[in-house]
Amino acid sequence: MNAPLLDIAGLRKTYGEREVLRGLSLRVRKGEVLVVVGPSGCGKSTLLRCINGLESIQGGRIRFHGADIAAAGTDWRAVRQRIGMVFQSYDLFPHMTVLGNIMLGPLKAQKRGRKEAQAQAEALLERIGLLDRKDAYPRELSGGQKQRVAIARALCMNPDLMLFDEVTASLDPEMVREVLDVMLELARRGMTMVIVTHEMAFARAVADNVIFMDGGVIVEEARPEEFFERPSTERGRKFLDTFIFTPTHNEKEIES
Amino acid sequence: MQSLGVNVIFDGNNLIRLGEGLWVTMRIAFSSALFSMVLGVFAGIAMSARFKPLRLLMRLYLETVRITPVLVLLFLLYFSLSKIFYLSLSAETVAILVFSFWGTAEMGDIARGAVASIPLHQRESGLALGMGPAQLYAYILIPQAARRLLPAGINLVTRLIKTTALVSLIGEVDVLKVGQQIIEHASLLRNPMAPLWVYALIFLLYFAVCYPVALLSRRLENKWRN
Repeated sequence: MNAPLLDIAGLRKTYGEREVLRGLSLRVRKGEVLVVVGPSGCGKSTLLRCINGLESIQGGRIRFHGADIAAAGTDWRAVRQRIGMVFQSYDLFPHMTVLGNIMLGPLKAQKRGRKEAQAQAEALLERIGLLDRKDAYPRELSGGQKQRVAIARALCMNPDLMLFDEVTASLDPEMVREVLDVMLELARRGMTMVIVTHEMAFARAVADNVIFMDGGVIVEEARPEEFFERPSTERGRKFLDTFIFTPTHNEKEIES
Repeated sequence: MQSLGVNVIFDGNNLIRLGEGLWVTMRIAFSSALFSMVLGVFAGIAMSARFKPLRLLMRLYLETVRITPVLVLLFLLYFSLSKIFYLSLSAETVAILVFSFWGTAEMGDIARGAVASIPLHQRESGLALGMGPAQLYAYILIPQAARRLLPAGINLVTRLIKTTALVSLIGEVDVLKVGQQIIEHASLLRNPMAPLWVYALIFLLYFAVCYPVALLSRRLENKWRN
């Protein structure tokens, strides 16, 4: 039994009086994909932001590679180089080309050589099918392409863990697939990931474990087939029901 | 033709003198602009610092500069401070110091606004890549802020150029002062049209200095848009 890559215990996060995360514990092993679902405002994005130090926490501990990174004196710059994060709004740097975006972290934060970094960046672009767009600027790309580049940008740092924060939420429906496919391929290659998403079919396909959050706590933690087939809590059932529609044509009274 | 009085411009070495005056104006304006631009970036970073006392101090600096007429600052430094502290500063040095002091505050505020207008997510994306604060500014925030502050920055430079006209009041002979001297001399020769011609020429000279600056900014804006 190997030690978990990420081990969170009793995590608490408050904004003033409001408690957003109320004593939350979870573990992610190397190569595992954890999907976090739940209604808006349940704290799932905050959870991701706490893991790479974009939010300070008020209680609990976050162990990454066995070290408590929530403790004082953490070198967040070093930690963040090993935890990749992709945001909902892609946030490529608009003044840099696709290649410039991907190589910025490796060159400046990791101080790697240009040649080697560029080779990796181009290999990643090839993988996501955008090598021919390497000299384009972000505004010349579609939403789906931008998000794929944002994923490549995070991957080029060779992270041990990837965090995805509703990365398809602001995409047009026809572009959602191309982004999810990239993530599925990552899962197949054994990347450890924590994914916050509203795409239930995708969640079911990609997850090794599912966490259902509501009101700042974990309500349910299960294998995907269990959670999506037979949620064990009432809240979980209600949440899943919001994604189901009953066809109206069976009930419609058509006047003839 | 004599009655038009346009010859006042070409009399003696008047043109050369005007040219020298313009050179003084430009020296003061562009030195101050350069200092303001460079120091203004740092002032802007200080104004958006997380350390509150520093922010308050910068706020005080900016407000002081804004409510004090530039002329008062010029007088204060030239006629009193430099005498009190036994500094023998030339009028030109005083002018450059005062205009840089003013320009840095204004430029700082423009830079602060430009940095603040960059979406928070840009900063977070940089942080998420493991970059430090200095790298964040150098590679992400300042390059983007530069594009945003350009219009206001250029506006400040042209304001600086125009405001240098005040330096004649501390005895510096800039292009405007030379013009006045020429007019005074011409009035002795009973040339009633002299002020018109001289000021018209000075108007054109200011335009000739400010217009290329505006043109350059438009070029840069177009270039950065692509």
